[in-house]
Amino acid sequence: MADLLRRVAERADTTAFRELYQTYGPRVKAYMMRLGADAGTAEDLAHETLFTVWRRAALYRAEKGSVASWIFAIARNLRIDRLRREVPWQQLAQEHFEEASGEALPDAALSEKERQARVHAALSNLPPEQHEVVVLSYLEGLSHGEIAQRLGLPLGTVKSRIRIAYQKIRTALEDLR
Amino acid sequence: MSITHHLDDATLMSFAAGALPSALSAVAAAHVAMCTRCRGEVAALERVGAALLTQLPAVGMERAEPETPSDQRLPPSQQRRDRSAGPMPSATPLARLLPGGLAAVRWRRLGFGIWHHRLPVAGSGTLGLLKVAPGRIVPEHGHGGAELTLVLGGSFHDTTGRYRTGDVADLDETVEHEPVADLGLDCVCLVASETPARFRGLFARLVQPWHGL
Ligand SMILES: [Zn+2]
Repeated sequence: MADLLRRVAERADTTAFRELYQTYGPRVKAYMMRLGADAGTAEDLAHETLFTVWRRAALYRAEKGSVASWIFAIARNLRIDRLRREVPWQQLAQEHFEEASGEALPDAALSEKERQARVHAALSNLPPEQHEVVVLSYLEGLSHGEIAQRLGLPLGTVKSRIRIAYQKIRTALEDLR
Repeated sequence: MSITHHLDDATLMSFAAGALPSALSAVAAAHVAMCTRCRGEVAALERVGAALLTQLPAVGMERAEPETPSDQRLPPSQQRRDRSAGPMPSATPLARLLPGGLAAVRWRRLGFGIWHHRLPVAGSGTLGLLKVAPGRIVPEHGHGGAELTLVLGGSFHDTTGRYRTGDVADLDETVEHEPVADLGLDCVCLVASETPARFRGLFARLVQPWHGL
């Protein structure tokens, strides 16, 4: 994927772009629909996400994160802007900035495939009650308070489930760092 | 900058997921921009987002073939740089919140060595700057929800520790605290609350304007 993106950045390669579009477009559309967009709006936002990828391809730095996490971050920010009509404060960690200091993350040298596999495995190994709070955060965009309300749980319980889930994911990535 | 107080793991995940209430998200982003450790955590948590996104069952696009990008003839690297704000901000959160810097802030005096400046925030929660004179106390208060306090200048301490520039106090609704500004410099903080702080006793009426009530 990083290779496809490099072709877009260096040569405005439309074949490479089409492949990225076909891989991620339908997933970003599904993501937007999970977050409450109707099919038409979700498709527009997926389209815009991928065209943001096209326009910003030269800013992407592979050593700072995977293509998938960069696309996730772009989709997330568009979702906050368009669906929530709030200000996305998150800066894109996978891009090169003048302002923020740009040191590479410690795990930069390791295989991207391996890291992705670890995250997937860690997620699927979570007990259902921990998996649930993670999914409600990422795919429904619910705050801790909203999750507590939805599940009828004390706020403290929601937060500690999230912390434990994250510790497990972090542990899974740890020996790769 | 040596930062010792970071964002809570649960806050970090909600921030990376795009689920943190907007005011809290602004303060979290301002800390992340200053903090290598938390930037690494957000990057890891965005991998989680990527994993969840790519695991979603694909929903077919009506436009299976992308139309030719309208600006395709220009190599992307030569195209107009994106604006510093907007959905993909390149300017730091503090630069966006305080375009004129701290020096341009018009403080509103609350008395007792405390000043406040409210910042507009779209969406939920309240956001503002707080300036506390050396040695002065912010009266004891609890929170109806989460509160994030990022130190921008000077330092303060309370029962949970000492906070210096770049440190963030990530306190939830269970904490009641009474921060004291350290001697030497005014302590300036960026403060976000999910819901307005609840103060006890005499100070209540005085400090309610912090949160626009
Ligand atoms: Zn930090």
